[in-house]
Amino acid sequence: MKLKILSDKARAAIEAEFPKYPDKRSVLLAALRIAQNEVGYLSEAAMIDVAEILDLTPVQVYDVATFYTLYNLKPVGKHVIQVCKTLSCALVGAGQIIEHLQNRLGIGVGETTPDGLFSLKLVECLASCGTAPMVQINNRYYENLTPEKVDRILDDLRREGKSSLASGPFQLPVLGGKA
Amino acid sequence: MPKYEPVLLKNMSQPGYTGTLDEYRKTGGYTAFEKVLKGIPPAEVIEIVKKSGLRGRGGAGFPTGMKWSFIPKDHPGPKYLCCNADESEPGTYKDRQLIENDPHQMLEGIGIACYAIGSHNAYIYIRGEFDLGAEIIQRAIREAYDAHLFGKNIFGTGFDLDVVLHRGAGAYICGEETALLESIEGKRGKPRTKPPFPATHGLYQKPTVVNNVETLANIPHIINRGPEWFASFGTPKSAGMRLFCVSGHVKKPGNYEVPMGITMREMIYEHAGGIRGDKRLKAIIPGGASAPFLTEAHLDVKMDFESIAQAGSMLGSGAVTVMDEDTCMIWAAMNLMEFFHHESCGKCTPCREGSAWLLKILHRIETGHGRMEDLDLLVSLSKRIEGRTVCAFGDAEISPVLSTLKHFREEYETHIRERRCPFRPNAVLAMAGAH
Repeated sequence: MKLKILSDKARAAIEAEFPKYPDKRSVLLAALRIAQNEVGYLSEAAMIDVAEILDLTPVQVYDVATFYTLYNLKPVGKHVIQVCKTLSCALVGAGQIIEHLQNRLGIGVGETTPDGLFSLKLVECLASCGTAPMVQINNRYYENLTPEKVDRILDDLRREGKSSLASGPFQLPVLGGKA
Repeated sequence: MPKYEPVLLKNMSQPGYTGTLDEYRKTGGYTAFEKVLKGIPPAEVIEIVKKSGLRGRGGAGFPTGMKWSFIPKDHPGPKYLCCNADESEPGTYKDRQLIENDPHQMLEGIGIACYAIGSHNAYIYIRGEFDLGAEIIQRAIREAYDAHLFGKNIFGTGFDLDVVLHRGAGAYICGEETALLESIEGKRGKPRTKPPFPATHGLYQKPTVVNNVETLANIPHIINRGPEWFASFGTPKSAGMRLFCVSGHVKKPGNYEVPMGITMREMIYEHAGGIRGDKRLKAIIPGGASAPFLTEAHLDVKMDFESIAQAGSMLGSGAVTVMDEDTCMIWAAMNLMEFFHHESCGKCTPCREGSAWLLKILHRIETGHGRMEDLDLLVSLSKRIEGRTVCAFGDAEISPVLSTLKHFREEYETHIRERRCPFRPNAVLAMAGAH
């Protein structure tokens, strides 16, 4: 059957996952990620296409898409800012970062800027507790944040679409229990 | 000089080490895998791990060798090993370091574990947010295949192994081992009723072992240096070195690799540099959000499974969250209850509904609308959640409430009597109702 919205390239990327598992359904999480990357969010058409490719019913796909937080069921901005709000971050200033982001972007939590550039979400622990406060923006972490650093990141993203302030592999602040 | 010789963090603490296959092999990497494949029967590998005393580093602390020995030996079909890299317990960030800085250490552990349990298929379940970690593991897996360390006929021994990276999509509960299996099967991550246990009916209903990243990363070292060496660290029942993730109000947050059984005082004041601004310590969560709060009075408790349990908490994932004297305990409990409420998978009514009710009551106390009878209500609600859910999440979600009530009841009463939070008059709500 012809797909509604996904490209042949997306279909091929999804089908390339099949050999990894004894069961096609196991590809569902990856398929939804591929679909979301292509369409920008999981529209009904995208979910129906995924169901078609994996021989599932649309509701089986919808069931999973609504369970996991990384799937967006509505359109989002180009840069999705996910602020960690759990205890370790909250203890050292996540609240201030959230407030600062709301002021700078002029939007509330769960909203997208009118130019479609930024969406703001609050999320639970992202395993970056020693470098708190922190945010994830699309596929990168930004750690040890201050309001000033947040401003620089937003400026970079507006200007260049990326920022050199993104974290690379885990930094080693202290090792092996220094006496 | 570090006070304790690092084991898991050793390679990555060398200047310039980036964790490529070449670098890892130069440190003796994959020699343990080769040694077992070429000369140690699987049953003997399991005995070595049993003898080492290694217990799971994910949270429950189950003896690893024993877990492996539950896999039926004569099972004709496939068996699976799943590496749990879903690191999501609030305060925990050690697996991320192990993955991003020395991925082959974990992969070698996976290889040895598969050989020991007779599995030819391993899945690494990594949380969806770890994009960088996923890229790094994917690259490392490719390197291992290219070097014939994975794939067919490894080291010419006839042993075959396929390793697949499976990415999650955002759900704390997928760190629970049966929810993890459901998620690999392409379903909602909802824990299964046990029994049957994964050892006989796991992934695709086949015998399955699920081990944490840090647990598996220890395996090559146990093979290379012997179970006695491993057991020489820590305490008789909590053997080995362990990564503790220190966060919150300390001067030097970080992952510290120390022998189990050092005191919380040593961890917080010696390694993590003490409390920021030299304030007074108020509360410690010694093992992730699921572990009950402890207080200054517990600083000399030893950080091993038994001692922490005796003090009324648990060692859990090794995440030590430290709070200073200015921290409102109701606010802290409420923050964690928001977490639990958001992450409850919804399968069991006591957990799903109970987390909402507990959160609502904490919220009204924190915002000055609490009633004295709320304190008994919190306890009675918690007791109706405890032990009445399919997985351990229900027991976990009541721990911040019950433990803060136990140690800081006066603070609750002050909030109710004065109709306000004495610590955070305005700030609460920046974080409440977040989702």
